[in-house]
Amino acid sequence: MPVVKFTSNLKRFYPDLRPMSVSGRTVASVLEEVNASHSGIKDYIVDENGSLRKHVNIFIGNDLIRDRERLNDALSEDDEVYIMQALSGG
Amino acid sequence: MAEKIMLLGTRKGLVTYRKNAGGKWTYSNTQFLGIPVSMATFDGNTGTWWAMLDHGHWGCKLHRSVDGKVWQELEAPKFPDGEEIKDGVPAVTKYLWAFSNGGKDRKGVIYIGTEPGGLFKSQDNGDSFELVRGLWDHPSRKEQWFGGGRDTPGIHSIIVDPDDFNHMYVAISVAGVFETKDGGQTWDPKNKGLHADFLPDPSSEIGQDPHLVVTCKNDTRVMWQQNHCGIYRSENGGQDWVDISQKEGPANFGFAIAAHETDPQVAWVIPGISDEIRVAVDQSLCVCRTDDGGKTWTDFRSGLPQEDAFDIVYRHALDITGDSLAFGTTTGNLYLSDNQGEKWELLNANLPMIHSVEFAEV
Repeated sequence: MPVVKFTSNLKRFYPDLRPMSVSGRTVASVLEEVNASHSGIKDYIVDENGSLRKHVNIFIGNDLIRDRERLNDALSEDDEVYIMQALSGG
Repeated sequence: MAEKIMLLGTRKGLVTYRKNAGGKWTYSNTQFLGIPVSMATFDGNTGTWWAMLDHGHWGCKLHRSVDGKVWQELEAPKFPDGEEIKDGVPAVTKYLWAFSNGGKDRKGVIYIGTEPGGLFKSQDNGDSFELVRGLWDHPSRKEQWFGGGRDTPGIHSIIVDPDDFNHMYVAISVAGVFETKDGGQTWDPKNKGLHADFLPDPSSEIGQDPHLVVTCKNDTRVMWQQNHCGIYRSENGGQDWVDISQKEGPANFGFAIAAHETDPQVAWVIPGISDEIRVAVDQSLCVCRTDDGGKTWTDFRSGLPQEDAFDIVYRHALDITGDSLAFGTTTGNLYLSDNQGEKWELLNANLPMIHSVEFAEV
């Protein structure tokens, strides 16, 4: 199963956040799965239209996802998904 | 016994000051350390503390508390599926910028104003919100509202008539002042007399840029407006606005304005230099007060820096209670006056940028 890993910055708001094995096969469905166990975390990652927030990046392996609007990038059994905070501001 | 506090929404958290037994304001604590707070406020109707957060990365968030210590995150107001700022541009809540309760004796009714121009109402003290459709669907919105300092239009002022909760005003940058008399179902622009020098038609009913609108609590038909293009006052509930700017003096451009709670002739502004520069006028900080409805202005400087000052005061960062006023600046200075703005005391010079200042009794 794919595994999702999170930036440590999200642990400030979700202290029990750990890498998760997920059954979804798109980034969008994985996000729903994560939200089911960590209520509201989706709103930190995407806006109300489901688009990835400007300063958040999601990688599959080393590659940035391509679909930031609908998060339809497909996942394979062994993929690792990284939800990261883009660096900006000061 | 009620305790007097001051809530500061800052770029690095919610800072609380308390007035001690000796009458001195002292720093108490910081909540949400490191997180920008666009506004911090206390609703006396329910005894609820509110913090509106602007996470740079994670979106804007809404938190409430019964004691200012333990906070609960709520789902922030969201636009319904399919709503658009303009054709083809989805509406997303970018910033929580204004708060009001729904009027006295209406516990748990609250309004929040947002960028990109949505007014949201909750009837369960923030557990859920609905978009106020009458304003969002106003025929002027998609074509005639636009962003000012922010990318898209923002609601920064919400005024609920204390005698009639169905009678409300909002002010939008950039669109103007709107009034409803039916609880938000229909809205009419109230911008007659304003002069937008950035528009082809400066007297256009839509497209004005109020920076903040306030009323005299004792006489709510008297409204004051710090506008991008000057200072205005209305004596008839916004039906007509009169330019009361000090043409040759500092009281002209700015963001914040405060109305005397009982005397409809008295108000304060904190001037800055407009547009690209945006620092204190002559780099010298002053507070201007009118005692005659805007016919004349007096600038007060005692206790304020008179050279090398870069301070600007944002629209929600000036507040009044009785004879006391306080304001916070973009450079993290917090000033207090206990004599109607005539003399000022620096409470703190080392705060982060200050977005909002509010006196409260908890």
